Amino acid sequence: MNKYLHSLMGLTAGLSLTSSVLADDTVKVGVLHSLSGTMAISETSLRDVLLYAFDEINTAGGIKVGDKSYKIEPVVVDGASNWPLFAEKAKQLLEEDKVAVTFGCWTSVSRKSVLPVYEKDNGLLFYPVQYEGEELSKNIFYTAEAVNQQATPAVDYLLAQGKKKFYLIGTDYVYPQTTDLILYKYLLLHGITIENIGGGLRKDADGKVISAGKYVPFGHTDFQQIVAEIKQFAASGDACVINTINGDSNVPFFKEIVAAGLTPSDCPVVSFSLAEDELRSMPTKDMVGELGCWTYFMSLTTPENTAFMKSWFDWLGTQTHPGVIKEKRAVDSPMVLSYDGVYLWKQAVEKAGSFDVDKVRAALETGTDSFAGPGGKITMQANHHATKNVYIGETKANGQFKIVQTFDQVYGEPFMLKGLDAKLGAK
Amino acid sequence: MHKPTNYELWFVAVAALFLLFILPGLNAFTAPGSVLHVSDFTINLYGKYLCYGIVAISVDLLWGYTGLLSLGQCLFFALGGYMMGMYLMRMIGDLGQYHQPIPDFLVFLGWSKLPAFWQPFSSFKFATMMAILLPAVVALGFGFLAFRSRIKGVYFSILTQALTYAGCLLFFRNDMLMGGNNGFTDFKFIAGHDLRLPATQRELYICSVLLLLATYGLCKWLTNSKFGKVQCAIRDSENRVLFSGYATAHFKLFVFVLAAIIAGLAGALYVPQVGIINPSEMATDKSLEAIVWVSVGGRGTLIGPVIGAFAVNAMKSWATRAYPDLWLMFLGLTFILVTLFMPKGIVGLPAQIGALRRRFQQPKTDASEVANSKRVEEQIKPNLK
Repeated sequence: MNKYLHSLMGLTAGLSLTSSVLADDTVKVGVLHSLSGTMAISETSLRDVLLYAFDEINTAGGIKVGDKSYKIEPVVVDGASNWPLFAEKAKQLLEEDKVAVTFGCWTSVSRKSVLPVYEKDNGLLFYPVQYEGEELSKNIFYTAEAVNQQATPAVDYLLAQGKKKFYLIGTDYVYPQTTDLILYKYLLLHGITIENIGGGLRKDADGKVISAGKYVPFGHTDFQQIVAEIKQFAASGDACVINTINGDSNVPFFKEIVAAGLTPSDCPVVSFSLAEDELRSMPTKDMVGELGCWTYFMSLTTPENTAFMKSWFDWLGTQTHPGVIKEKRAVDSPMVLSYDGVYLWKQAVEKAGSFDVDKVRAALETGTDSFAGPGGKITMQANHHATKNVYIGETKANGQFKIVQTFDQVYGEPFMLKGLDAKLGAK
Repeated sequence: MHKPTNYELWFVAVAALFLLFILPGLNAFTAPGSVLHVSDFTINLYGKYLCYGIVAISVDLLWGYTGLLSLGQCLFFALGGYMMGMYLMRMIGDLGQYHQPIPDFLVFLGWSKLPAFWQPFSSFKFATMMAILLPAVVALGFGFLAFRSRIKGVYFSILTQALTYAGCLLFFRNDMLMGGNNGFTDFKFIAGHDLRLPATQRELYICSVLLLLATYGLCKWLTNSKFGKVQCAIRDSENRVLFSGYATAHFKLFVFVLAAIIAGLAGALYVPQVGIINPSEMATDKSLEAIVWVSVGGRGTLIGPVIGAFAVNAMKSWATRAYPDLWLMFLGLTFILVTLFMPKGIVGLPAQIGALRRRFQQPKTDASEVANSKRVEEQIKPNLK
């Protein structure tokens, strides 16, 4: 009731109630995800796994700083898939709630909208979802897969399989555009000729390629023509498709692929935005053998993953947090990277002996903060990205992946374009 | 007979005093931690609400006073915002991720020099002018075609909705060179002031209050003039106005363009305060939200939309923090209740309560009280069709 009154006072008077950073022996931690709107379907799972991680840490005694231990007090806010609201909520978390750290964001645009806020208020944000790179903020730690921890390993795998033609298709926004541009250069560097990179190229006035691949708008449903083009492209039998389509459009895309008779044996599709959580709503029976590439798969049989899964599903059954769904749950890479982020932060705090952002950042930047997570060992690097294992998986009919290759401990490299340009120039 | 605007004027005067002097004063001159202190966060938040309030007035000028239910008002808001955003992007200079003299997303897209249409946006004056001109020109073109063809009612609403959706899809495209899905963000300076300083945010907030007051004053004057009478006549029976010899299309076009300019200016002030502009501002649901503010606050009054915008957004800000799981139901329930039980919105509430009291205290009511509540009712009545 007291909390309710406080909120009401804050609402009506618009006067903020100042709260101390650390009330008693708890520490406030922000959770900034979309719990409503178009992104809720993906981001709610991240909220859940974060609450799980907090409960796990609190049960185990909390975070030890000096000779005191602190319990985590989560502050969950809803960004509502509304980007200006994300910025507002970030400000609220940092300036009103004074959280020690925030775990949050899924889309690049939400991260871009809160970035200036975290830099201005010197906050700390952990970002867990695969992204295009080309960004490095001193206030953000990216446990996310960088392009060289998802896209280029997938291409390496396909090259090793003897694929010689690559068709690039994606949704028209920054992540697919950048990833495909990197892949275009990467493929050229690996001896694939321009005519064997499908989807089309766009050049600027000087003839420099500024965009590679085929792009569809968000929510696109008609893939007939594009798939016909892919079929023609794949007629030689040594082609594959790199799919960076995001969201619901994947359903009609794969339906069309099946209808055109394109099978994984003659033209596999590797998708970068489809993990176990998304596959729950996909026609997986028709997708058997199509590829995925992530830094975690539910089908991993390591002791860490077995223990994590058991503990997670036990927690789901017994927890009483409002809004957390208990049935038919999956685990996927963004969730595990969120979970890993919490532990990387906890260890850094304990090492720094303080919740102070500058001290925690320094501890994280030493490059020695490692955690044996469900997906394998993850180490935070000085460049705010993380070294971790990368797995290639084949989709199974039950929506799981069969792991076909593992790349051990891949260093996260956010800025790939420049390096590739230099190498191409030298060639 | 009393002038019916008395209460409203008092309310506006008190609100203006509070918003223009007391809030920023408490923010600037009290120490953080003191009971009276208004945080930078609150000032920034109110600045955002004020911009929404200005949009709400523009929606009401169309809907409440002229009977044009535009479901695309946020297109003009976003266009104004984009124009200011272009200037703000130029002001980042080489402080971006790539430390290049052109905006980051252009480097991203492989550009090495600034596209021609970006050139003049280094000037604040030019950007402000464009924030007025572009919405005006789009509104003029669309309005001219729509009103000349006598498109009315629900057809007009659907077309405006389609227009803003088209704008949204267009700005999503990276080829537009307007930042695509990510839009513009990470602004640093405006007219030589550091945007990250509380003082700059306070000045922007004060500008928003002033723009809101100016908009209110202009619309008050307009709706009380002969022009306003014609406006209401068009709303109530366009054919009769037409047969009386008025070129209703011209009147409607004027109001439509004026509303677009107001929304564009609001957008231009909104962007530096929230720090991001992207195509989702043009999505159809944003414009629908503006309609909700107006109907919650009270349609056909100029004060109602502003109150509605403040109330709905304050509730949203509070509930997304206090009840992150339930707030949408909360909001939905409020809208249903308002529509069912408060058809005149928040502004109509005193009159409604007065009417209820009269019903229960029938025997005790004396003549003056009846006159009083009648007067209040009359004040509300012209706003309803």
